[in-house]
Amino acid sequence: MLKSRIIPCLDVKDGRVVKGVNFVDLIDAGDPVEQARVYDAAGADELTFLDITASSDKRDILLDVVQRTAEQCFMPLTVGGGVRGADDVRKLLLAGADKVSLMTAAVKNPPVISELAEKFGSQCIVVAVDAKQVSPGKWEVFTHGGRTATGIDAVAYSQQAASLGAGEILLTSMDRDGTREGFDITLTRAIADSISVPVIASGGVGTLEHLTEGVTQGHASAVLAASIFHFGDYTIAEAKAHMRRAGVAVRETV
Amino acid sequence: MPETVAIIDYGSGNLRSAEKAFARAASDAALPVEVVVTSDPGVVGRADRIVLPGVGAFGDCAQGLRALDGMVDALEHAVLRQAKPFFGICVGMHLMAKQGFEHGVHEGLGWIDGAVKALTPSDPDLKIPHMGWNTIELTARGSAHPVSHVVAADDHAYFVHSYQMELADEAALLGFANYGGHVTAIVGRDNMVGTQFHPEKSQAVGLKLITAFLEWRP
Repeated sequence: MLKSRIIPCLDVKDGRVVKGVNFVDLIDAGDPVEQARVYDAAGADELTFLDITASSDKRDILLDVVQRTAEQCFMPLTVGGGVRGADDVRKLLLAGADKVSLMTAAVKNPPVISELAEKFGSQCIVVAVDAKQVSPGKWEVFTHGGRTATGIDAVAYSQQAASLGAGEILLTSMDRDGTREGFDITLTRAIADSISVPVIASGGVGTLEHLTEGVTQGHASAVLAASIFHFGDYTIAEAKAHMRRAGVAVRETV
Repeated sequence: MPETVAIIDYGSGNLRSAEKAFARAASDAALPVEVVVTSDPGVVGRADRIVLPGVGAFGDCAQGLRALDGMVDALEHAVLRQAKPFFGICVGMHLMAKQGFEHGVHEGLGWIDGAVKALTPSDPDLKIPHMGWNTIELTARGSAHPVSHVVAADDHAYFVHSYQMELADEAALLGFANYGGHVTAIVGRDNMVGTQFHPEKSQAVGLKLITAFLEWRP
């Protein structure tokens, strides 16, 4: 049967990992490729790079990082951050990314989703939705790291993105991101139950129980986390063992 | 003389990971293999083994392949007449079928008696695409096949697709996944195999399948 996925996410700035695992055996803990190899060996189901490089003239550094990662890690790699259109997508895919995640460009101009899905296939177009609760049972799409409100309903937008050809929705609760209080389960479930494409839950993971809840209660197909793995609180294997004990089917490799 | 493995580049997606995975599998197994990515029918004709990858839609891929002057002829000569080992991956595997019903009806290479149709899982709650890691059940033929037999019962492979090959010729089925019904996962006949999943993205399981293909002498 199909397994629920655990996806570690690495923030990359100017080609360097901003927060990463600090294992002693790493030659260079700031090198995203080294980090990717650690997660590959640890049995992560996929890997996501989020490029937070501010200056546009340094953005090509990421392509080199993606290229070197793809040469060594034979697992699915998603890259997001600052992707605007077909040119960016093509460059990333040719460098070795398997999926590309769109954020602001898709919010500003949703038809770009169908343009890219037709050109590259839905399987590689992930639409990232950053959502913040505005009233009970109501969430709005935000951009710029949760600073800019768009007035767009997050559930309706996710449905639109899926119908335009997004292959997956990466859903982040901006209320929970960084809090370690767990996913916004109500939000995750509201979106996962209303669209036919897989939802990756993100934002707020602090314990292994949170990962499990994302699947069992939030109905997510995959769970994404950063700090609980990077800071060495838990390993991927511990996360999978916990999920399996809770009745969630996972791929155990180690 | 090292064997040459030609990975066909017909403008469909990322070939780097396929190239690197075949090179890695060969070097780990100490097989003298040179992996080339090519859109040149001449190179394909001279290669010892041929890999047809592919992501995207059936029609676009079929069109892309046919747009390479002489490529389909070179493939048919090498695979059907010279019986060189052939490996189709994902849409590359789909193209082995007679027809594809993805955004219209499109002709495939017609090597395997089947058609590519939308996934229709019996459970409406199951998500489409079928995306992620799934196990593979081998058929009796698959368990005996020199390539597919290396897949163990608890091995997982990485799938991402909304369409699958529905076989008219059940004998070509080597393995299937379960996703609201059977999903064709590995097909093969004579000197050709194809996988719905991505061996180049399936970590150790994928590498061992690629190794088995590189060692295969059909």
